[in-house]
Amino acid sequence: MKTDPAGVLTGAHYLDGDYACGEGAMAAGCRFVAGYPITPSTEVVERISRRFPYMGGTFIQMEDEMASMAAIIGASWTGTKSMTVTSGPGFSLMMENIGLAAMMETPCVVVNVQRGGPSTGLPTMVGQQDIMQARWGSHGDYQIIALSPQSPQEAFTLVIDAFNLAELYRVPVMFMMDECVGHMTEKVVIPPADEIEIVPRKLTSKTPEEYLPYSADGGLIPEFARAGDGYKFHTTGLTHDERGYPVMSAECQQQNVQRLIDKIKLNADDIVRYEEEEIDSADVVLVTYGITARVARMGIELARKKGIKVGVIRLLVVWPFPEKYIRELAGKIKAFVVPEINAGQLVLEVERCAAGKVPAVGVPHLGGGVHDPQVIADAIVEAAK
Amino acid sequence: MSPESKIVGQTAMRSKVHPVPSAPPAGEGAAHAEDDHPLSEYLRMDRIPHIWCPTCGIGIAVKCLAEALDELKADTNKVSIVSGIGCTGRVAGYMKLDGFHSTHGRAIPFATGIKLGRPELTVVVFSGDGDLSGIGGNHFIHAARRNMDLMVVLVNNFIYGMTGGQNAPTTPVPAKTSTMPFGNFEHPFNLPALAEGCGADYVARWTTLHVRRLTRSFKEALTRKGFRFIEVIAPCSTLYGRLNKLGTGYDLMKFYYENTEIHNGADTKDVDIAFQGKIICGKFVDFERRTYIEMMEQHYTEVLGEKYVPMKPEGGMLHEPEDEQQAAPAGKPARRKREKQEVAGG
Repeated sequence: MKTDPAGVLTGAHYLDGDYACGEGAMAAGCRFVAGYPITPSTEVVERISRRFPYMGGTFIQMEDEMASMAAIIGASWTGTKSMTVTSGPGFSLMMENIGLAAMMETPCVVVNVQRGGPSTGLPTMVGQQDIMQARWGSHGDYQIIALSPQSPQEAFTLVIDAFNLAELYRVPVMFMMDECVGHMTEKVVIPPADEIEIVPRKLTSKTPEEYLPYSADGGLIPEFARAGDGYKFHTTGLTHDERGYPVMSAECQQQNVQRLIDKIKLNADDIVRYEEEEIDSADVVLVTYGITARVARMGIELARKKGIKVGVIRLLVVWPFPEKYIRELAGKIKAFVVPEINAGQLVLEVERCAAGKVPAVGVPHLGGGVHDPQVIADAIVEAAK
Repeated sequence: MSPESKIVGQTAMRSKVHPVPSAPPAGEGAAHAEDDHPLSEYLRMDRIPHIWCPTCGIGIAVKCLAEALDELKADTNKVSIVSGIGCTGRVAGYMKLDGFHSTHGRAIPFATGIKLGRPELTVVVFSGDGDLSGIGGNHFIHAARRNMDLMVVLVNNFIYGMTGGQNAPTTPVPAKTSTMPFGNFEHPFNLPALAEGCGADYVARWTTLHVRRLTRSFKEALTRKGFRFIEVIAPCSTLYGRLNKLGTGYDLMKFYYENTEIHNGADTKDVDIAFQGKIICGKFVDFERRTYIEMMEQHYTEVLGEKYVPMKPEGGMLHEPEDEQQAAPAGKPARRKREKQEVAGG
């Protein structure tokens, strides 16, 4: 369906990535945001708190990130699209309730404008060090979806996709920005509301008597009932049966948790998204995401000038990872190169999928700045040998 | 009692054991209990028997809440209940309401999201002393400070029950717990004073012996706004009683009978609970203070005037366009009608 025009600031703007992300969320129909101040993400909620009173949205600054995450889950159960915004230290605090959102199958969006870590690290400077935490950060087995924009324009458009994916798969979606994208100011074009497709919360058509909150009817994604509509459902972070009632058994754990994994894993082909360039002729394929994808442009050009055939896969959806595609490519090229602003995280996933057929070469940078493009170019040249 | 005549839509919700193959079959006993229990309309009878120990006080508090909803003829479709983790954390799973069993300590912020996401709902937080005042203490004080529109029931048994009798922020000195085997030496919270000091506009305390008064407090709290705090002193004979050699559940209730004093309006500074000391009960605080939602809406209305669009009472859900047109031709959310905000009023 088309989105609510009240949240759409149609026109060409000069915005930083944080503001653009906030505008994207409002355009996507987000009407509840809870957050706690943390650099370099705070501008997202500053933007939203200024605009929400005009469109029937509520922003609340909670007492901490645990509360923020809990509040957006609660709000989502009323059918109100919800989001929270943070950076590394706050993301760590949210992990407990990200697990709850996964277990309760609550659609919501968690924005992490990544900075350098660990701990307080580099509050005002860039990092991509939370990309594995986004996937694995909460305890137990579960799957989530994570996206990563490379520009303010993409922060706007991709966060709308984040909300839509959250609705489609009833899952918390991690929106993995970084300090550079968050704080860079560029032209952002916001289309008219009737050009913005959103996925509304699909409510069950069953009656309260026949409704079972966690019955997927043989499928993978259960139908949603919201609080206050007479369904009197129960939901819990405990392992539960189709009624949402706690059942402490290995059998129930198997059914419950396996479906949480399968609903993303088995739909991965529909969820993965990447841009590719000159893959067919490539000897070396660069796998990249976020701000590093843009920095790598110059490294790629430098390597191409030296005659290296470089292909590029830029991940818009980082999790689920395009596992099939990377496996397929591994038989056809000489090497993967993975520059990241961390000590080497997503390169491990590329390496796993390359399965020893070709090397996956990491180009680490520990944060506080972006790569020197020459370093990326050198890594490509070296990998092509 | 004739539940069918009470609430539209309620009849259809009368408990039926869902035919789920994986669920344990409902025995004859369960079906019998369902027919017989006068409050079965408010309880998930398909989950009985509950997990609480014999003589535990939590069930009494649950019964009083069900009684309060019944006496108010509340529209239970519009009441949500949120618990954290622990023995009392299981309450949300036994009430036949929209029930949320959240994470340890986070019931209050979870409930805050529900209330702000769909302001027409009445949201009850029902959890234990360790959950709400220990791990969730920060959320407790901030929700009270905001005068957030939540009814918070805290069942205080002076101990962490679910995990086996560890020290709680409410354990009196020098009561024994499994992690203070030589007796507790930490100062405990005086919870009514904490709640009042932080800004709660309704504060009461009863023991599980005071079922009529507790039910009355629940009814009062259900029909008003703001942060309503009710502490329920409850016996835990399995752990607190046993570790401190206080006798059976009967002995603990007898202790309440002999050692509670009712002082409505008492200064909350004076209601500390010493080990096996006097328990002061009553309604301590009851005054009007603008609530979070009132403050927010009044403030934005003053500052932004007609441009202010509050959250719709039924939530910020975006409907399909045709529904939207039917509901609000201008495409703008309708202004909330205040008299419909609190639904539980009788």
